[in-house]
Amino acid sequence: MPIKVVTAGIMTTIQDLGRPGYYHLGIPMGGAMDRLALRAANLLVGNDEGAAGLEAVFVGPELEFTEDSVVAVCGAELPPRIDGEEQPTWTALDVREGQVLSFGFLRFGARAYIAISGGINTPPALGSRSTYPIGSLGGVDGRAVRPDDILPLGQASGGAKPGTSVPVALRRLPGSDAELRVLPGLYWHRITEDSQNRFFDDTWKVANEADRMGYRFRGGQQLEFVPRKQPYSAGSNPSNITDACYPYGSIQVPNGAEPIVLHRDAVSGGGYFMLGTVISADMDLIGQLQPNTSTRFVKVDMDTALAARTIRAGILDEIRQSTA
Amino acid sequence: MASRHEVKSPIPGTFYRKPAPEEPPFVEIGDTVAEGDVVALVEVMKSFHQVKADASGTVSGFPLRDGEPVTAGMTIVELD
Repeated sequence: MPIKVVTAGIMTTIQDLGRPGYYHLGIPMGGAMDRLALRAANLLVGNDEGAAGLEAVFVGPELEFTEDSVVAVCGAELPPRIDGEEQPTWTALDVREGQVLSFGFLRFGARAYIAISGGINTPPALGSRSTYPIGSLGGVDGRAVRPDDILPLGQASGGAKPGTSVPVALRRLPGSDAELRVLPGLYWHRITEDSQNRFFDDTWKVANEADRMGYRFRGGQQLEFVPRKQPYSAGSNPSNITDACYPYGSIQVPNGAEPIVLHRDAVSGGGYFMLGTVISADMDLIGQLQPNTSTRFVKVDMDTALAARTIRAGILDEIRQSTA
Repeated sequence: MASRHEVKSPIPGTFYRKPAPEEPPFVEIGDTVAEGDVVALVEVMKSFHQVKADASGTVSGFPLRDGEPVTAGMTIVELD
């Protein structure tokens, strides 16, 4: 029994954990920008961690339920309301047939993940229900949800325990002054030592041009490049390189001015140098950054990056135990 | 006695009082607005979103200047 979309917010998309395996063909892996939050929401409602839910940016949708369900909203502090009555986030909530789930004003973070018992059961595309709007893949006809859409649900597991919450200590969100850990990369040598230091010393701010493809930052000083004769096929701008693959999380700085961290729906290659890569453990945090959030990049080495990944995996294990 | 109402931005981003840089503001102090009238734009994620008055009244103040950052739930227009 489906869900009726009454209003859709500004950009609400169906997302699961994505479609890895096609990036070399130019199709990004997509999926929830805050993967831990989507997994937590699914666990609370008794779904597989990778079931499809809704990713709502800044503004929540209004959804009318046509059957009794269990829902959970994790990630951003976007307060859910059931028939107008405010409910806690990060908690399994009973919703009855005919009730409407809506949301108050965003209090913190950027993206709320709405999981519904049974999961959203739209047709998968290339192995995933995730919406990639630019490529018209997944979701509802390849696009974000709209008013009057009908979202089919899968069979609920019956394993949801309404009232269960994820402990506050496990609700991983960035600080109001965010820190993102970065491993310097292949092209690190292209900028001067002075610029290398300034990149990490400066405080940046999230720009308005920040979405599922990438997050742009501004406010730091212009990066200076080590002079060189540009190689064959690289453009004349010193931030250009011979075309290369762009990893998820890589930081390109067109013209040396404004760093862009590539995210789930990013282009897979191109001709901008990348000074490094945000470590995998911190990619979820980017999905929760609002425009104008102060952000510092913190230089780490591979050992630190791997240790951070282990810690993050430990948080997920604790969430699994707390919701079991 | 008129009661005060605050129109809040539902989204974070950059607040604009005008539909375009060379055009006049949507509303000025003293203007009467009806529920549903567009009173501002907020720019975020490479697009501009209209903010509509959720009540009718007379515009009495703008807590933010044109082009300033706004967070979700922040008052952008005051009505009497």
